Amino acid sequence: MTALPATTTRQLGLVIDLDTCVGCQACVIACKGWNTENYGAPLSDQDPYGTPSGTFLNRVHSYEVQPETGSAQLVHFPKSCLHCEDAPCVTVCPTGASYKRVEDGIVLVNETDCMGCGLCAWACPYGARELDLAAGVMKKCTLCVDRIYNDNLPEEDREPACVRTCPAGARHFGDFADPDSHVSRLTKERDGMDLMPEQGTKPVNKYLPPRPRDQIDVLAPLLNPVAEEPTGFLRWLDKALERL
Amino acid sequence: MRQPPLDTAPPVSDEIRHTTCYMCACRCGINVHMKGGKVAYIEGNRDHPVNKGVLCAKGSAGIMQHNAPSRLRAPLKRVGPRGSGEFEEISWDEALDIAQSWLEPIRHDNPEKLAFFTGRDQSQSFTSFWAQNFGMPNYAAHGGFCSVNMAAAGIYTMGGAFWEFGQPDWDHTKLFLLFGVAEDHDSNPIKMGIGKLKARGARVIGVNPIRTGYNAVADDWVGITPGTDGLFILSLIHELLRAGKIDLNYLARFTNAPVLVDADTGMLLRDDAGKELVIDRRTGAPAPFDEPGVQPDLAGTLDGHRSVFQLIADRYLSPDYAPDAVAETCGIPANRIRAIAAEIARVAFDEAFEIAQPWTDFRGERHAKMTGRPVSFHAMRGISAHANGFQTCRALHLLQILLGTVEVPGGFRFKPPYPKPVTAHPTPHCAAQPDSPLDGPHLGFPRGPQDLALKPDGSPARIDKAFTWENPLSAHGLMHMVISNAHAGDPYRIDTLFLYMANMAWNSSMNTGGVMQMLTDTDDNGDYVIPRIIYSDAYSSEMVAYADLILPDTTYLERHDCISLLDRPICEPGAAADAIRWPVAAPDRDVRGFQTVLVQLANRLKLPGFTGADGQPLYTDYADYMTRHERKPGIGPLMGWRGDGTDTGRGAPNHDQIDRYIENGGFCVAHIPDEALYYKPWNAAYQDWAVGMGLYDAPQPYLFQLYVEPMRAFQRAAEGHGDRQPPAHLRDRVHAAMDPLPAWHPAPSDPAYPIHALTQRPMAMYHSWGSQNAWLRQIHGENPLYLPTAIWDGHGFAPGDWARVTSPHGAITVPVAHHAGLNPHTIWTWNAIGKRGGAWALAEDAPEATRGFLLNHLIHELLPPRGDGLRWSNSDPVTGQAAWFDLKVRIEKLPARTSTLPDTGRQNSPVPVAPDALAWKVGP
Repeated sequence: MTALPATTTRQLGLVIDLDTCVGCQACVIACKGWNTENYGAPLSDQDPYGTPSGTFLNRVHSYEVQPETGSAQLVHFPKSCLHCEDAPCVTVCPTGASYKRVEDGIVLVNETDCMGCGLCAWACPYGARELDLAAGVMKKCTLCVDRIYNDNLPEEDREPACVRTCPAGARHFGDFADPDSHVSRLTKERDGMDLMPEQGTKPVNKYLPPRPRDQIDVLAPLLNPVAEEPTGFLRWLDKALERL
Repeated sequence: MRQPPLDTAPPVSDEIRHTTCYMCACRCGINVHMKGGKVAYIEGNRDHPVNKGVLCAKGSAGIMQHNAPSRLRAPLKRVGPRGSGEFEEISWDEALDIAQSWLEPIRHDNPEKLAFFTGRDQSQSFTSFWAQNFGMPNYAAHGGFCSVNMAAAGIYTMGGAFWEFGQPDWDHTKLFLLFGVAEDHDSNPIKMGIGKLKARGARVIGVNPIRTGYNAVADDWVGITPGTDGLFILSLIHELLRAGKIDLNYLARFTNAPVLVDADTGMLLRDDAGKELVIDRRTGAPAPFDEPGVQPDLAGTLDGHRSVFQLIADRYLSPDYAPDAVAETCGIPANRIRAIAAEIARVAFDEAFEIAQPWTDFRGERHAKMTGRPVSFHAMRGISAHANGFQTCRALHLLQILLGTVEVPGGFRFKPPYPKPVTAHPTPHCAAQPDSPLDGPHLGFPRGPQDLALKPDGSPARIDKAFTWENPLSAHGLMHMVISNAHAGDPYRIDTLFLYMANMAWNSSMNTGGVMQMLTDTDDNGDYVIPRIIYSDAYSSEMVAYADLILPDTTYLERHDCISLLDRPICEPGAAADAIRWPVAAPDRDVRGFQTVLVQLANRLKLPGFTGADGQPLYTDYADYMTRHERKPGIGPLMGWRGDGTDTGRGAPNHDQIDRYIENGGFCVAHIPDEALYYKPWNAAYQDWAVGMGLYDAPQPYLFQLYVEPMRAFQRAAEGHGDRQPPAHLRDRVHAAMDPLPAWHPAPSDPAYPIHALTQRPMAMYHSWGSQNAWLRQIHGENPLYLPTAIWDGHGFAPGDWARVTSPHGAITVPVAHHAGLNPHTIWTWNAIGKRGGAWALAEDAPEATRGFLLNHLIHELLPPRGDGLRWSNSDPVTGQAAWFDLKVRIEKLPARTSTLPDTGRQNSPVPVAPDALAWKVGP
């Protein structure tokens, strides 16, 4: 068993806007690129030019939703570690390799102490951890802990790679412990949701739900004709031109 | 609790090199982080005008493309039969000797024996210059099978097109309608734009048979039946006209709506100076359209000659276009059409706004402000890859212009060098002479039958039959017809086919199996019917196996390139911009950038344009050309840091220019003055700025062409007027196709094939390139055929099933999946995921080669016989654009299999076997 901090000073995490995410996978690959080159062991790929299977810290799933009436809708759903307050992946870790940082709440794996037993991946209800088959250690989203405090980067780049790259601006990074932060305000204004709150994990990351779709038929009013045929139209036109 | 030590500020890289992405056609700025001379990480460049820091999946995966095992390693000479992929590596000297020995006699004897076509070429102003100086009539890039309908309809109508040649005014638009967009062009700007609209709650309406990607986030999805967009748009126009919801002031001032049409000829009435005539409301008398103070009358008439606007009202007020009349054909309920029309009108007119920016129009009139109409439209291949695509694109532009929402705040805006009217573009040229350059640019915009590319006997001058009566306005050529025409010897036989970056033996051809056969077919002597094929590609594509001589290109991080204003630039509506690529990493193979190879070939052939008066070569390589070439005095491929380094646009060549680009992040931006930001075609300040920049040499204000007079000129020829007239069997077709006002025609249909079949481009893949990328192929490694609920349930499909899909031309057997968000008569799959075994350095069991497939096998370049003894091409009759999306099929359920049909065999791989594991970390 590994202990969680009672509280953390900051609660860093992501707001992911499901109304805006177009499912382009930019965040998936930016994450793969940064984290292959940086924190810990590279994210490996097995049989990369055959039937490939690799390690990703962030994946975008797509779900179709069929309402009772109207057209089916497609929701793109990016998923990575939610940096839970009550993170079961930490408490289940037998070596202390998994831990939640007291200063900012980021959940990390200390790869030196990880023996690749996989218990944490079983404990995570979100499937957000992946065992790297080449390195034999558990990999997960670090919230780019090696970017967000990195004074080798320009200040504006000190955010997770997935947020920096998102073309649609559907990903937001900030401190949920600060009620005035951008992420706190977005969550409040757009009814940000916890993922699977019934699991009791108290995830830090929030999802903004898609706005209602396919409402144009209920907009009013329709157009009123000025004429029904060309002759009448030209009469209207003459009057309209006089008014110009 | 004790936390382990953690370095939260590790060094990121030794150095950042700024260049331009080439993972698709978007051309974003990238920061390439280097460690120990190797590429360590790629991210977007925040300062770059295109992507402003963001980067898509493809761009971020560039490191896997740059290091792909499929990279060709050295020039190759074919030693086995075509298609086998059996090659030997040769030196560059030998490769260039061979190419010279093939090309030199052609140029000396008969230049039409060479066909040079380029695919995803981002250097078309250079490749076309090379081709013009070689002198063969047969050159084009891939626009004919891509989206010439969009380009030609836009330029003929309003002097600019959608695609990446313009964009919505993302900061002001309040309603955005998106039709059939390909997600690999302008891809990051569109995502950024949609993000902006979403952030402020603006409404997005997606019109597309398939609800994925942008259509998934659209507030409203209109699941239109493929090929009926034109009819839907004309119905919106019907509704707006009927309600008087059109911008009369805009139409009168800035379009040819008030211009008088000769009642006898259908041509526009002009004065002695050739100026179009309008009725001046002040006097009731005719006046030239651009006379200072003129008030053009939309309702003007003169001796029975009526204004264009009256012809528009006559046609589109017809009940044929009423929502109730089109609803079933379009697959859109009539009330939804009415609701969309009402919402467009509400936003355009009730939410109109003003920007307090005075400006002066081309008649000299000063306006105190700019009026915004915050409705914008965008469209791409979805509406254009149909045989009615040209007219559909025209219809969409007519809708935009009737609303007065082009080049106004909140509407659609052009990016320099557009707007640019047809009159400022060249006409096509085709007069080839031995040992001579062509008489002018190959491609252009015909003004009438006199500009067709016909020989004196009336036969096609070009191998692709571009600019003929079959497709008069084929402004981008017809690359998809080159191989079949060359194989058929129709209109003539060629000796050498020279292709660049075009996978014509696979996903870039219709009738893929047939094309593979044509490329390997032999004559009675056992010689190949297409005798010689030279191909340049960076990677082991399917086309490589079908060529005789391979000139291996570099990756995009190893080369010089210019993204030029002479070509397809990266401008913004508020700025001109261009950019370079430069070798941020040195090749570790014996490869050369293709453009440099063309310079070297030009030097061997002593081509004019590449050879000085002293007989010596003008350029050593492509970088030298980029710096020193002048298209006309002071105008070169790159606009920045000209002359002494302080000139932009016009200026003498500057030998430091590339270094200055590199210092500036790989690009140059020149902002448009505030007074010139909107109304560009008519705005004196913009016209003057454009002249100063060298975009054109004199102000060239023009009217939007709701009525396209050059099209009427072709109709006149079909009616029996003029020196050049279409052959009898094409008269009716030319007349119907060249309607000077937008029209809609249904695609031919056969009840035996009731289902529309489409492809889409994934956002994370570009054409066939992505499948060699170890990271991207984990996202899109397979492409099931997606079926709507009605077909899925109707045929009793279950997960894991396969299907046989049959068109009039062929059949494929493929895996299927259910997709509810679909037009009920439409099936689709991802484009270009399927691969031929042995290509792209993929393993034998790669899903792309076993379960992947192409719809191309179902699409013929010719339509099925109609019993008239003729075979009509499967193309738009105006432009020749390949009608990929007119495909209709039927479907049968089959039990699961392990591999798709047809089986196209395997090709030997000319590159080493790929590794079986990756853990790609270049730093310590």
